[in-house]
Order: sequence, then structure tokens, then C-alpha cells
Amino acid sequence: MRSAPVTTYDLKLALPLAGFFALFFVAPLLILILVSFYTDTSLTQFGLVQYARFLLDPFSLSVLVSTLWLGVKVTLLCLLLGFPLAWTFVRSPRLAQGVLMLIIVLPLLTSVVVRTFAWIVILGRQGIVNNLLLSLGLADTPLRLLYTDGGVVVALAQVQMPLMVLPLITALSRIDPNLRDASSALGAGAWRSFIKVILPLTLPGIMAGCLLTFAAAITAFITQSLVGGGQMLFMPMYLYQQSSTLSNWPFAAAISIIFLVAVLGAVTLFNLLGRLSRGYAQG
Amino acid sequence: MARRTFDPDQASFTLVMGALTIAAITLLLAPTLVVVIVSFTDSFSLRFPPPGYSFKWYVALLDAWQLHFAAWNSFVVALWTTVISVVLGVAASLAIARSPTLTARLLDSLFMSPLVLPALAFGLAALMLFSLVGLPISPLTLIIGHTVVCVPYVVRTTVAALAQLDTVLLESSASLGASRLYTFRRITLPLIRPGIIAGAFLAFMASFDNVPVSLFLRDARTDMLPIRMWQDLEGKLDVTIAAVSGVMIFLTILALVVMERMAGLSRRLR
Repeated sequence: MRSAPVTTYDLKLALPLAGFFALFFVAPLLILILVSFYTDTSLTQFGLVQYARFLLDPFSLSVLVSTLWLGVKVTLLCLLLGFPLAWTFVRSPRLAQGVLMLIIVLPLLTSVVVRTFAWIVILGRQGIVNNLLLSLGLADTPLRLLYTDGGVVVALAQVQMPLMVLPLITALSRIDPNLRDASSALGAGAWRSFIKVILPLTLPGIMAGCLLTFAAAITAFITQSLVGGGQMLFMPMYLYQQSSTLSNWPFAAAISIIFLVAVLGAVTLFNLLGRLSRGYAQG
Repeated sequence: MARRTFDPDQASFTLVMGALTIAAITLLLAPTLVVVIVSFTDSFSLRFPPPGYSFKWYVALLDAWQLHFAAWNSFVVALWTTVISVVLGVAASLAIARSPTLTARLLDSLFMSPLVLPALAFGLAALMLFSLVGLPISPLTLIIGHTVVCVPYVVRTTVAALAQLDTVLLESSASLGASRLYTFRRITLPLIRPGIIAGAFLAFMASFDNVPVSLFLRDARTDMLPIRMWQDLEGKLDVTIAAVSGVMIFLTILALVVMERMAGLSRRLR
């Protein structure tokens, strides 16, 4: 009983941050929940009006559904392009890995406004895509690419791609290279080895990447609003409009809570799938 | 094993993987290149490719006082956010890193949760709290809000660095008679320093680039750079923004290379 083990520290060291979080993270969220249960903007009467107003309103529900659907599309595109990139990274020589890592990490650290601005330049009427289409004769007049669903998906995929690729690199580099050799020695072709051996073993990494990409894509306020424009409304902008422009705090709070629950539901689902796949990968 | 001369299965696999990799790299790189190129345009539009090249938008940047003001505000807030995040985050990381207790696991989840929850909802919630307790919007409220969403980066990298620390070093230091504080200063801190630096850098970048929290917790006196740029882009497509973006990309690449050398940043992002 002389002294505490030298390798661990007192849990009390976490107190300052825990206190900070209690005051400035947990308390605000509790207030948010409380405000969402007021029926009027002057905060006098309690009720479930705000939730009913959202959940019974086809417009609000369509905003929620299109936001989640957007997340699914971006996640799938990131997976489709990110997996081969991670695959190539793991098989590259050291020097090439350094260059590839810079390419992967740079977008992660570049300002979101800057990255989104790039897509405005690329997708605009005088942008690179339209100039290419016109000069190749594939289009007679500039196409409207900005403010379209496809434009938002591609722009978000670029912004969130690093979040998918980094966990995939970790998962792929953990796979024993002998497994693939064994698979091909036993007569499995490249595609079959990939689907039967590599893919199941990387499932935990895939789930981790999908979770991060999905959560980031549906909350990406700047990219959604600048590339999507005024025609497309997603949950973050809906929340912002109700709270700032219309000063309807109870409804904005209810939107926030519904959005939070939706995100938490998705996180729980991905975590569950990740745990199942880990059991599968190790079993 | 003998290699077969041509294997259509292997060839198609390599071809598909290669093509998708090239598409991914193009998608990741193109926006950065396009912004850098268009920032040197000599025209008043964002036409790509530009009709001619000049430095005039970078020169125009020297007089853009609104952007200077916003950039300075963002820098000051990010600096304070980083300092507070490192102090609170490193202390908390030491406490929870090796602890197997349930409390430590729960605290770890709590400290990480701002990374997954929609920051916009937190921004609104923080605004409600500050107006309830009568704290007016100021740089202080911004720094508090930013710290909540930036501290997870410090905790994540520091906890990871502590987990890799060989406990034998700490035990031998103690058995040679070194006090806990001495061991911390001479053994633990130097070994986890790259992790702390990487976390501090990520926290700084996250604060400097933050929009969702700043959106609710700033006013005209505390204009922030990403918000200023966003509002400029909403209104008119100003080529000055391309020049600002060019400067930011240059500084980001510079910081990235320095951090890779100093702290092995990319390994700590995985």
C-alpha cells in the first residue's frame, strides 16, 4: 500500500476537463432538450407540439430523409473510390506511400470553405467540366452542374474521402500477406480472393470508415449549402434557418434533437455492424 | 510459384483497382490544383482555365481589411482554444489512458463525442446556455465553444501516444529512485510529446476552420475567417476568395510538411 502503481495516473487529473464538459457540453445539450419541449417561441408552455410539427409534416420528413439518403450516397462513393486507393497505398513502395499520404491528408486539413469553393469553380457554368464537355462536343450549352444532387455528392465525397481511406489503410495493412498467397495457391483467382478473403477481413475498417464518412457528410453545412444552393434543403441548413433567420428556438431545438437521434442511431448501427464483422473477421 | 503469362482474372482485377485509384487521386487533388491555378487569373471571373495569369488578386488581398480582421480573430481564437485544449486534454489523457476502470472508459467516450455529434446542434445549444446565464457573445464564448469541439483531437492523439509508451521505462525509472514528477518530466513527457504536438496542431486547424459553432457564437465584432469567406461566396463569386484560398492552401501544405517531420502526423491520423 506504499504508493499507486507508477504506470498509471490519478483519475482526478481528468476532473478539469470533465467539469468543463459538464458545464459547456452536457448542460447546453440538456437545455436544448428542455427548449425543444416548449410549445411557443416565448417559452411559456410545455408540450410535444414541436416534435409533432416535424414528424407529421411531409416537408420536414422529406428534409430528414434526403439528408440521410445523401449520407448513404456519399458514403458509397467514398467506399467505391477509397478502397482501391487504400489497396494501392498498402502495396506501394515507401517513397510512393509518402506522396500518397500527403495527397490523402491534405484535403483533410484544408479549410472546408476552400475545398467547397474549388467545387464551385469546377462545376460552374464556365468551369472545367463544362468547358471540357463543350470543347468535346458532348454538350451544346453549358450544363447546370452546380446546385444539383450529383454535384453535392461528388463535392462531399472529395471532402470526406480521407475519413474513409485512413481506417481502410489501417485495416488493410494488418492483413497477413500470406493469406492472399494461400488463397491463390489454393486456386482462387484475384477477384475470388478479394471477395472471399480480403473484403471480410477488412470489414471492421470499412465500418469505421463508413461511420466517419456518413456522420461527416450529413452534417457538412458549408458544402451542402454552397454546392447545393437554395433549391436543396438538408437538416443542418433547416436547423440554421429556423434558429437564426426565424428565431424559432423551440422548433430549431426539436430539429436538433431529431437530427442528433438520427445521427446516434446511425452511429449505433455502424458500431454494431463493426462489432459483428470483427467477430466474423477473427472467428 | 511460377507466374502465368496472362491471367485475365488477375488482369481485370488490377485494371479495375488501378482505374479506381486514379479516379480517387484525381478527385482528391483536382480541387486544390484548380483553386491554386484560378487564383492567378487576370480576369474578373472564375473561368477555368483562366484567360491569362497575374498576381493582381494577391495584390488586392493586401487591401482587403475585412478579411485581415476576420483572419486575425480566427487566429487569436484558435491559439487560445489550442492552449486550453492542450492543458485540459493532456491532463485528462494521463488520467484515462491506461486506466481499465469503467469511469475512465465512460469519460473517454464523453470526451470523444463532440467529434460525431452534429456540431451545428451543439452551437445552437451553447448559444442557448450563454443567453440563459446572461453571458454576452464575445471572443470568450467562441473560445469555450471551440474548445469543446477541438479538445477531442488532443485527447485522441495523447491517449494513443500514452498507450504505446513502454511501461518498463516508467517502472525502471521509479525503481532507480526517481519521483513521479521527475519520471513524468524526463521520461513520459519527451516520449508522448509528438502525440501532443500532433493533437495541438489538429485542434488549431479544427478551430481555425470551424464554421458550425462560430455561426452561433460570433457577432460582427468577432467575425471569423471561414464565415466571412462563406458569406462572401453566398453573395458574389469574388476572385479575392481564390487568392485567400491560395494563401491558405500554401500555409496548410507548409504546416503539414513541418508537422510530418516533427510529429509524424499522418501516422497519428489513422
